[in-house]
Amino acid sequence: MTILEQQSTIVQEFSAFDDWMDKYNYLIELGKSVPEIDEQYKVPNNLISGCQSRVWLHAAFRDGKIYFTADSDAVITRGLVSLLIRVLDGRTPDEILEASMDFIDAIGLKEHLSPTRSNGLTSMVKQMKLYALAFKAKSV
Amino acid sequence: MSFDILHIRHDFPILDILVHGKPLVYFDNAATTQKPRQVIDRLVAYYKKENCNIHRAVHYLSNQATAAYEDARKTVQQFINAKHPHEIIFTKGATESINLVAQSFGQKFIHAGDEIILTQMEHHSNLVPWQMLAEQKGAVLKVIPIDEQGEIEISGLKGMITDKTKIIAITHVSNVLGTINPVHRVIDLAHDHGIPVLLDGAQAVPHLEIDVQELKCDFYCFSAHKMYGPMGVGVLYARENILDQMPPYQGGGEMVDKVTLEKTTYNQLPWKFEAGTPNVAGVLGLESAIKYIQDLEVKKIHAYELELLDYATVELLKMENVRIFGNAENKTCVISFNIGNIHPYDAGTIYDKLGIALRTGHHCAQPIMDRYEIPGMIRASLALYNTQEEIDKFVEATKQVRRMLG
Repeated sequence: MTILEQQSTIVQEFSAFDDWMDKYNYLIELGKSVPEIDEQYKVPNNLISGCQSRVWLHAAFRDGKIYFTADSDAVITRGLVSLLIRVLDGRTPDEILEASMDFIDAIGLKEHLSPTRSNGLTSMVKQMKLYALAFKAKSV
Repeated sequence: MSFDILHIRHDFPILDILVHGKPLVYFDNAATTQKPRQVIDRLVAYYKKENCNIHRAVHYLSNQATAAYEDARKTVQQFINAKHPHEIIFTKGATESINLVAQSFGQKFIHAGDEIILTQMEHHSNLVPWQMLAEQKGAVLKVIPIDEQGEIEISGLKGMITDKTKIIAITHVSNVLGTINPVHRVIDLAHDHGIPVLLDGAQAVPHLEIDVQELKCDFYCFSAHKMYGPMGVGVLYARENILDQMPPYQGGGEMVDKVTLEKTTYNQLPWKFEAGTPNVAGVLGLESAIKYIQDLEVKKIHAYELELLDYATVELLKMENVRIFGNAENKTCVISFNIGNIHPYDAGTIYDKLGIALRTGHHCAQPIMDRYEIPGMIRASLALYNTQEEIDKFVEATKQVRRMLG
């Protein structure tokens, strides 16, 4: 599945919900079920600091692809983080660098990507792209 | 209830808006209060019919604007019962007022090894300016701790004061815990040792009657926007003899007496501290806000708010796992709390969807979060236009938050 296909699958999943409450309940479910990050990676170095919720992000580069694991102390943020990982995990640096995150808007959760929201999510997208850039430079 | 809440709510146009399709419940008043139409109308009237730069020209509009601005200074003077109008300095907010004291009074009178005493409950506004000064001068900050109830441990203060202590800067009311600090005792103790006291009154002026002569404080700082006035205006009160000794804080227009390219002499009080074109409209809006709360009577406002506080506290505590931070005997209508292990950010997201505006996070007072060893709190801060009915909605929303996140 390409990034775009994965994104439209997610948009479709969310379109099943009529109201915000169901949507958020689903997001909270996702947040609870996301696999825990390996404790050794939950270190200050991997911390993306938003003002209100914290996000830890770890990236590994294998066979030309980047594999992400992440965690957050807030469950709604964790749910959103799991969506980003579903879309960008196991992709090449170029795919990640070109990816647009507009699908967050399409599922009606745009407010969480606003830079003023200070939940670390915007910084997380930025950090994922920075990893892609760094691994790309390394692999050339 | 002694005042007509429906009538009051009519004065605040923003209370009629819908948020996510639901009537707004505005419980973020410690961040900023909403503005009554009396204040909004004053700003509009100024720009429509009175706008002019002040103190500079002989023409009609300038004279009118200057007179209105200086009248507003007298209104503020009477509001906090300062001895002279020139003890009132207009700033852009409490933060700037404190920075002014730190960088003017502090630069002149605080030196390497000197001590500044603060409390653990300070807003960053009354912490960072002193940290900056301490760094510049090699001075030392000492912090009065707070206890589990959210009250300062005043018994330890006496032992903290030394002959190196140059100022005590404390908040009158905590923006997170709502605690009304025993400032009389702090001031008496400080003055016994000849130490001046600065009170950060940002969270006090909308709720308490302030009389700076009775308090005997040396500096008092507050913002207009937290007391139903416009943003971008604040007040620094300081006693005349102290202001006279302080050097100007910023240079520019209006604060000068004579300027040559080599040397400038400074204007007299209060203009010495008001460099540049001031926020005239904002100052007039502040005056309207003062008149608004004076008409309602600050005592009655506080009494009404305490009824709301008691009701909300009792209702919240009926729920399991709700922990309220700040249970001081004397407090304003601020309730900071957490629900079990629910992250404040998650809770805030759900409250928002339910049309309830409250604050989550560290509330610009990270040392308090460290004190309780938590990442943040949910804060409901009420004001004179809030109602019991809104508290009921808030309590229902809290139950919803628990259902979804608990």
